[in-house]
Amino acid sequence: MATKLAPQLLRSSFQPLRLASRSQCRSFNASARSSSDALQVHRDTPVNNAKIPFKFNDQNNKLIDEILKRYPPQYKKAAVMPILDLGQRQHGFTSLSVMNEVARILEMPPMRVYEVATFYTMYNRSPVGKYHLQVCTTTPCQLGGCGSDKIVKAIEDHLGIKPGHTTKDDLFTFVEVECLGACVNAPMVQINDDFYEDLTPESTVALLDSLAESAKAGGTSHEVGTGHLTGEDKNVKSGKEVGTAKSKVGVPKPVPAPGPMSGRKTCENSAGLTNLTSPMWGPEVFRKDL
Amino acid sequence: MLSRHAPSPKVVSSLSTRVLSSSACATSRIASFAPSQQTRGLATVQDAPPPPKRVYGGLKDQDRIFQNLYGHHGADLASAKKYGDWHRTKDILAKGHDWIISEIKASGLRGRGGAGFPSGMKWSFMNFKDWDKDNKPRYLVVNADEGEPGTCKDREIMRKDPHKLIEGCLVAGRAMNCTAAYIYIRGEFYHEATVLQRAIQEAYKDGLIGKNACGSGYDFDVYLHRGMGAYVCGEETSLIESLEGKPGKPRLKPPFPAAVGLFGCPSTVANVETIAVAPTICRRGGSWFAGFGRERNAGTKLFCISGHVNNPCTVEEEMSIPLRELIDKHCGGVRGGWDNLKAVIPGGSSTPILPKNVCDEQLMDFDALKDSQSGLGTAAVIVMDKSTDVVRAISRLSHFYRHESCGQCTPCREGSKWTEQIMKRFEKGQGREREIDMLQELTKQVEGHTICALGEAFAWPIQGLIRHFRPELEARMKDFAEKNGGPALAGGWQHNALEQGKLIAPGQ
Repeated sequence: MATKLAPQLLRSSFQPLRLASRSQCRSFNASARSSSDALQVHRDTPVNNAKIPFKFNDQNNKLIDEILKRYPPQYKKAAVMPILDLGQRQHGFTSLSVMNEVARILEMPPMRVYEVATFYTMYNRSPVGKYHLQVCTTTPCQLGGCGSDKIVKAIEDHLGIKPGHTTKDDLFTFVEVECLGACVNAPMVQINDDFYEDLTPESTVALLDSLAESAKAGGTSHEVGTGHLTGEDKNVKSGKEVGTAKSKVGVPKPVPAPGPMSGRKTCENSAGLTNLTSPMWGPEVFRKDL
Repeated sequence: MLSRHAPSPKVVSSLSTRVLSSSACATSRIASFAPSQQTRGLATVQDAPPPPKRVYGGLKDQDRIFQNLYGHHGADLASAKKYGDWHRTKDILAKGHDWIISEIKASGLRGRGGAGFPSGMKWSFMNFKDWDKDNKPRYLVVNADEGEPGTCKDREIMRKDPHKLIEGCLVAGRAMNCTAAYIYIRGEFYHEATVLQRAIQEAYKDGLIGKNACGSGYDFDVYLHRGMGAYVCGEETSLIESLEGKPGKPRLKPPFPAAVGLFGCPSTVANVETIAVAPTICRRGGSWFAGFGRERNAGTKLFCISGHVNNPCTVEEEMSIPLRELIDKHCGGVRGGWDNLKAVIPGGSSTPILPKNVCDEQLMDFDALKDSQSGLGTAAVIVMDKSTDVVRAISRLSHFYRHESCGQCTPCREGSKWTEQIMKRFEKGQGREREIDMLQELTKQVEGHTICALGEAFAWPIQGLIRHFRPELEARMKDFAEKNGGPALAGGWQHNALEQGKLIAPGQ
């Protein structure tokens, strides 16, 4: 018996020694999956806690009534996404009090609102700068044009911040995001609601400069766009005007109009049209037996 | 956007080999009999004459549906009417649902969102037996949550031809006897949503939609709903969840949305492009549309060509156009010429990558790409030239899918993270050759074991990479070994990790 036990004893006496000699131990870690880049849980901060009151203003209350008409009356909670967005536009970010207020309006448990606010990436649950720079770095943007790597580097060098950070003057928040759906016009950046496409490092820096200048000249008012609800937004051009406007309306200092920065109108071949050059057809081509 | 649009490559290959071998047998048997037996009995199947050789591509301007693709005309109602939108819509509606569906069936239109399911058949599912005895509302949901990397076609429709989409909602809605349409547009498209909302209001004001739409006695509403930045909401059931005001996590099917969908009512989810072409098909006739492209792949299609081409653009072309012609004609060719091409992702990020030798003769349609073990998807062509780090490109896609996985099914939530970590190491060559097989096996384990198709979507690009670029992966590992004094151990550990006393996986 003793002979049988001896190796076991020997081995077990060596184990602590071996453990001590090891320079590094690997520990298991399991992190919670986050669909949004931000922290999933809420932490009270001076700017974001349940005690800060939040009420929708009169204009937005009217819009909320409009939104509620779009959904069946027994499914009021379907309106949670547009109303949260409205709250974010009014308050600057989706704070806890915005979520609670939305839950109160829609008569749904606050937790259901928190679930929605944490699932979707476009709800900023912490304050962002006046200009929210969202650079697309997914494969088509990484390949197209000069490549998004150069754009990211240009922004990092110019603003002195890394993705996920805000400048000290609270003017710019810079994040890397996933595909924004303007792959033909790569690389591109979304600044608040506007797409700036076909960028080069130079045009990116020029764009940031003009934004900073206009912010200095125009004070700190937050632009609140509700065109997706009302259809009214002077900055949104449609049809013929797309890509022709020289600067955005309504800001004291001109900022380049959203769209391609390369002089291209929209998504056509930049070297000249390859199609749609003949006069357009109309009702004459339709079948007669309709 | 997310859909199971190609069968597993194994199935395809086994199928084709089986078909090939049996037909080869048959011909040899016939050949041996041929000299003595010239006449055929009545029961013999006559060989069909070989179909005439047709060259696809070169669509003429008068056959392009989206005339305002480049924004040369207005997007307002007056301009839209000038180029034929809302022309005698009342008469189309008056023909009834059977006529519209038969016209769509005749046109051979297949869903443009990626899966390529025949639209006419899908729409007819809504008119099940005794549908008219049910007094529940019925919904058409338009999927404008365009998020597939490489795809930017729906955006152009919505900001330049919004009236085509709204009229499409009405026509398709009539075919399915819907009471309302919801257009679920992705949240980042603020400009597009504004233009679309403007167009909806114009149409309401003109009496084209709403009560008694176009004077046809049919009531139809169109609503806009903005998403908030979740790729997974492009899947039909998660889109419905999201529209109901919940986190967009896909539902199990069945029940299919045509039975229990949005707000518990029968509904159908369709892509923007599918809906937007419907009125023009009805007006110009299904046979006109069916005249383009190969059999079962009919019609015209918006192609978005991005990446390493001289002039990236979005263009409407005939289905089955050769890939090379598409790139050379409309995009000024690949940077540095066709010979500088390395690979192409033919249908948005979730379709497997194709190397140059396949691209040379590739036709761009559902079946041809399926035969090449890839898929047409959303026809978003991502071109990569020789300078591309193809491993990094796919690794970036893995990061995308890890970020966008909704976290509901374990294989996808965990698998997408593992593959991302492994791909990150493979970028540097930090791994072992057997780990390539392990990665392949991992993707096979995910495929088909998730509720929605996001599992396949992140597995396929990696499978495509391993299928066509395995030597590149191996070369990278060799290179890493040379630079670091030895090959990395499985798990990315340094070759001398054991000597350093690190706790590494056994069996190295």
